[in-house]
Amino acid sequence: MESLWFCLAAVMIAVYVVLDGFDIGTGIVHLLVAHADGERRSVLRAIGPVWDGNEVWLIAGGGTLFFAFPALYASSFSGFYLPLMMVLWLLILRGVSIEFRNQVESLLWRPLWDVVFAWSSLLLAVFYGAALGNVVRGVPLDASGYFFLPLWSDFRVSSHGGILDWYTVMTGIAALLALTLHGALWVRLKNADPVRERAVSLARRTWWGVVIMTVALTAASFAIQPHLSERFTSAPWGFVFPAVAIVGLLGIRWSQSNATELRAFLFSCAYLLGMLTAAAFGVYPYLLPASTGARFGLTIHNAAADQYGLGIGLAWWIPGMFLAAGYAVYTYRHFSGKVPSQEPS
Amino acid sequence: MNSALSVDRFQFAFTITFHYLFPQLTMGLALLILVLKSMALRTGDEHYNRASRFWARIFGINFAMGVVTGIPLEFQFGTNWAQFSRTAGSVIGQTLAMEGVYSFFLESTFLGLFLFGEKRLGPRLHWLSALCVFLGSWLSGYFIIATDAWMQHPVGYQMASDGHLRLSSLWSVLMNEWAWWQYAHNMLASAVTASVVVSALGAFYLLSHQYEAYARTFVRVGVIAGTIAMVLLIFPAGDRQGVLVTAYQPVTLAAMEGLFETKEGAPIALVGQPDTEKMKLDNPILVPRALSFLTYRRWGASVKGLKDFPMDRWPDNIPLLYYSYHIMVGLGTLFLALMVLAAFLLARGRLYGNRAVLWVLLLMTPFPYVATTAGWITAEVGRQPWLIYGVMPTAAGASPGVSAGNGLFTLMGFMGLYLILGMLFLFLVQKEIEQGPENEKESP
Repeated sequence: MESLWFCLAAVMIAVYVVLDGFDIGTGIVHLLVAHADGERRSVLRAIGPVWDGNEVWLIAGGGTLFFAFPALYASSFSGFYLPLMMVLWLLILRGVSIEFRNQVESLLWRPLWDVVFAWSSLLLAVFYGAALGNVVRGVPLDASGYFFLPLWSDFRVSSHGGILDWYTVMTGIAALLALTLHGALWVRLKNADPVRERAVSLARRTWWGVVIMTVALTAASFAIQPHLSERFTSAPWGFVFPAVAIVGLLGIRWSQSNATELRAFLFSCAYLLGMLTAAAFGVYPYLLPASTGARFGLTIHNAAADQYGLGIGLAWWIPGMFLAAGYAVYTYRHFSGKVPSQEPS
Repeated sequence: MNSALSVDRFQFAFTITFHYLFPQLTMGLALLILVLKSMALRTGDEHYNRASRFWARIFGINFAMGVVTGIPLEFQFGTNWAQFSRTAGSVIGQTLAMEGVYSFFLESTFLGLFLFGEKRLGPRLHWLSALCVFLGSWLSGYFIIATDAWMQHPVGYQMASDGHLRLSSLWSVLMNEWAWWQYAHNMLASAVTASVVVSALGAFYLLSHQYEAYARTFVRVGVIAGTIAMVLLIFPAGDRQGVLVTAYQPVTLAAMEGLFETKEGAPIALVGQPDTEKMKLDNPILVPRALSFLTYRRWGASVKGLKDFPMDRWPDNIPLLYYSYHIMVGLGTLFLALMVLAAFLLARGRLYGNRAVLWVLLLMTPFPYVATTAGWITAEVGRQPWLIYGVMPTAAGASPGVSAGNGLFTLMGFMGLYLILGMLFLFLVQKEIEQGPENEKESP
């Protein structure tokens, strides 16, 4: 039962990253691919009806972690106190920049929110990457199951390091590049030239960066977290997850022509899903490994709620998520295709 | 503010109070927009569609504010109240996750369709999307209230040997008697906020001779909905909540009423200042025996005063509790009187020309917000010194690792950010009001 909830929570977070990932990616590339006001409105219109629903995956995923693994929720959220609060501020700024931008026609108002949108998205991508890096690396949990990390100390990977060290900075950059690519492919899918054309060339250049970071990150992860190699050698079927990521990455490269815009975007989804599930698989059965000794780590067993709660949770979670998936499919079909081009105003 | 606990408390209080300024309008407004869309569907009159599009724009701004200020709340359970989350997470995590899964997906999906898809959907489906936005937002209210109600009156759990609480019946948590009456009271209050805002804007347009056809619709819909909601808000919803507080939180009742001595035939204090040092109410104006009747339905019933409870069980800020409660009740009574008067004039066909009453309707705008906030302060300060009533003291729930310094840093961050957001919000709403229901831009 605990393993099942581990998978469900991991899937929810992965879906969040894939869906809100293209909103965030759109933000990162916003200033680069869209120059005139009409272009920028088109780019925003492609995420306008869906970004809020995509963000619900974060809320629902957070809620799921909360009731299935309360000790993890308590320990990680209080331990990552400062960066988490900054993520919240960035989410606030990004949300209002999308919603408020088009409310006022002014030469100062709109560029201001475009810049806020772009920078908050960019920083969010880095924060999310660094957060994932922290989970893989482990944190200095003590016997009470708590820890508290400063933002940074000496940038070395050790039990008295900070949230940012060379490894988590690396995961942050990798996430930034991956979401840049993801966003560029979404913008390409949803927009007409010249925005589309700029997105194509940006995606082509970013792709190389993603390849390099994927290789480097894989090597670094196995070097700093020995649990990963134990997992993959003891359960070799787990290689299917990184394989999905590799197929996704290569598939993006193969989908260069105009007819394959949707396919390229879906390959990018596969890449992100593959990377995230590979990380989740590698960390399992830990939810949060401890850098202070394996016995302090939070696992699916010592952090889980009781059996009744997990069981009854499943009873409402499954129909609820079918509904949610249904809404999502309906919305994306309803708003499918290129966004209508915008007259400058 | 020098202890981590007080920073944690203040940060939650501040962020949730600011957040709830927005949902209390959107939940009620979702209902009124549904009413307008239903009128459009029935009459086929484009007037009602335009009116609902206008309110949908105001709704959209409020909704965005509600979303972005709402996310920090769920996360703060973990960041600032880790010990509480760890102890009670298997219970309250359920209702919070259900809110995400059952209401936020519904609400956000159909709001996107409602705001962006009117042309493609056609009138019936567009009405349906308004219905789903309404259902989603009201469902979300229920899950949150069920969470709070569990903290006020915990049911359906067991304490494990390690001190953690285990869910033993999700059904009991969802069917908590406290939750249903608190929900009714709160949602009706939300309907009152929206009704007052809608009728106040109608009054503003009528008084300034703009968009008068729309203004009359706004005043009519607002006053009728507001009158109905206000009556039900007081009876049965408010009354039943009073009975529950009497039964389960008697010390809170005594503090709310400023009742220090146990009395048979206890009075209600309309006005007065509680002095917790000398244990008496200064300058009281009392209605004899009323409290006994309202709580126990007998004029001579004995109501226990604060002196008969151990002081360490007293709510830790009795004056704040007492004033919040009195502000809520006082304003509620005023709203009722005004709404009934306005409804009477409306029925006689004399409201639209009565400038004095329109002025009062207009000036009422901020007060439902004040009353709702005061009501929530009453509920949450009244719960003290408990985080989970009778089970976990507030002091035991905070995060052990988060220092006062880190807490104050983020508290000040939130204050600064929300100050800017608040100013932007007022500016944008003012622009929509100025633009009015007739001049429609293309959708954003």
